[in-house]
Amino acid sequence: MNSTSTQTEDLRDLYRELILDHARSPRHFGKLPNVTHMAEGINPLCGDKLKMYIQIDTAGRICDAAFEGSGCAISVASASLLTDTIIGLPVKNALEYFSAVVRSLTGDTTVHADNGLDLGKLKALEGVKEYPSRVKCATLAWHALNSAIQQNDQPVSTE
Amino acid sequence: MSAENKVSEAAAGSASIAECRRDFPALTQKVHGHPLVYLDSAASAQQPAYVIEAISQYQQHDHANVHRGVHTLSHRATEAYEGARDSVTEFINAGNRKEVIFTSGTTESINLVAQSFCRPVLQPGDKILITHLEHHSNIVPWQLICEQTGAKLLVAPINDSGEVELESLLGQLDAQVKLLAIAHVSNALGTILPVRKIIAEAHNRNIPVLVDGAQAVPHMPVDVQALDCDFYAFSGHKMFGPTGIGILYGKESHLEAMPPYQGGGDMILEVRFDGTTYNDLPYKFEAGTPNISGAVGLGAAVRYLQSVGMQTVADYEHELLEYMTDRLAAVDDIRLLGTADDKAGVQSFLLGDIHPHDLGTILDHQGVAIRTGHHCAMPVMQHYGVVGTARASLGLYNDHADIDRLITALHQVREIFGT
Repeated sequence: MNSTSTQTEDLRDLYRELILDHARSPRHFGKLPNVTHMAEGINPLCGDKLKMYIQIDTAGRICDAAFEGSGCAISVASASLLTDTIIGLPVKNALEYFSAVVRSLTGDTTVHADNGLDLGKLKALEGVKEYPSRVKCATLAWHALNSAIQQNDQPVSTE
Repeated sequence: MSAENKVSEAAAGSASIAECRRDFPALTQKVHGHPLVYLDSAASAQQPAYVIEAISQYQQHDHANVHRGVHTLSHRATEAYEGARDSVTEFINAGNRKEVIFTSGTTESINLVAQSFCRPVLQPGDKILITHLEHHSNIVPWQLICEQTGAKLLVAPINDSGEVELESLLGQLDAQVKLLAIAHVSNALGTILPVRKIIAEAHNRNIPVLVDGAQAVPHMPVDVQALDCDFYAFSGHKMFGPTGIGILYGKESHLEAMPPYQGGGDMILEVRFDGTTYNDLPYKFEAGTPNISGAVGLGAAVRYLQSVGMQTVADYEHELLEYMTDRLAAVDDIRLLGTADDKAGVQSFLLGDIHPHDLGTILDHQGVAIRTGHHCAMPVMQHYGVVGTARASLGLYNDHADIDRLITALHQVREIFGT
């Protein structure tokens, strides 16, 4: 019984209440009326698919963001948390979050240097680090965000 | 003494199917602190010690190239490789050993038929008929050949239980159909197709039939002569052998008439710049140094299965599948996909609106290995309007306790997701 509850605790680290909440009721889910930048993220092996919509104003600030698509709890929660985080930020800051999240989840310090950013509630995604096959689920939305900002036409994949 | 002979001296495995789990070293481990429950044999099955030892014996003592040298090791390697072919010939009751071609697996077997049997004869307007429940390996080779020749790929529909609609299939078998390619057992749904009846109907219309038997051979007796199929393809790693080795059975008359699939060493009798003479069957289709240790492992897997008895395996798994289906059906919010009357070893399901990958991760955390996703059968997922499913699949080493662990783990999923 003890071992079962320990196992549950470990899983709770991945499926934290915040993650489950965002997975069940994703924020900013749907299309945007005025999209300036858009990108698609597709993990074909997984079947996870999402579209990231952002609106950047003339001052270079992300004034709105939304996403739609389907995927597992981790990928949906990550996309939802992403939109919550970046709305209102200058593009440059949003990209810093992109770097910090990818660095934090993949441990890849070569591409994404430590920018000292406090991830705040995005830390809830860090549970995936113990589940190598699920890291790609959590990073998909972020790569789509980066792709949208860079205005790449090709869908991105994290597989 | 060859590896073949040495391993034959030891008993292939446990006498009783209930005890055969202990023949599989991989099943004795713990995963995330729990004894492993392996319910993913439809993706790839575990190997018994008998197979592992046969391969090891071959690698340690008998390895050399086959059909080439006069030295002792080359002779032993050739004996082991050809001995494996004899084991397979007997196992599937092929007419003779020339009809048993070693390939890298089911996928290559099907591509071989597409390129060597179909491509030379297909004309624009000709048709290849498959079913909606095929694995991608029995879809894409036909799409390629259709692109190359201008032929058309037709698909026989399935119903919501996951059964092929037989009337529709038979109705599509007209004079333009040059090949019917069907699964024996659906990998995503477990449906057993009435292949014997379908083959007889196709033959009444002079249409040859290829059967993808990857999911059938590990679970039931297969007699290619009784089926009267023209081609039968399967893989070593689904039947407790190694990866990278598989079989194409073909009727000798077809294989004789077909051009080689690949050119190279071993598939020739004489090479001259003014023309090359191809080797006899089965070597005509085995260009280059083959996967010798893979064949040795496959031969050992065949002997292991024979020692258990395929009818025994089929009866045992049938009962186990019924138990698994009943227990799964009793879980709240579960949706079973693939509910055909005649099924083998597989149950796909969804739990509430929980994504299969989340389900798979939580199960894995409790030591229960299942497959999640589209199972290389995306059209099946499209039929049901889902992106993927969770799939539990059985092997002869599973038992009731494994199913009970699966059910307990599913309750844990519901608890975590608060459904």
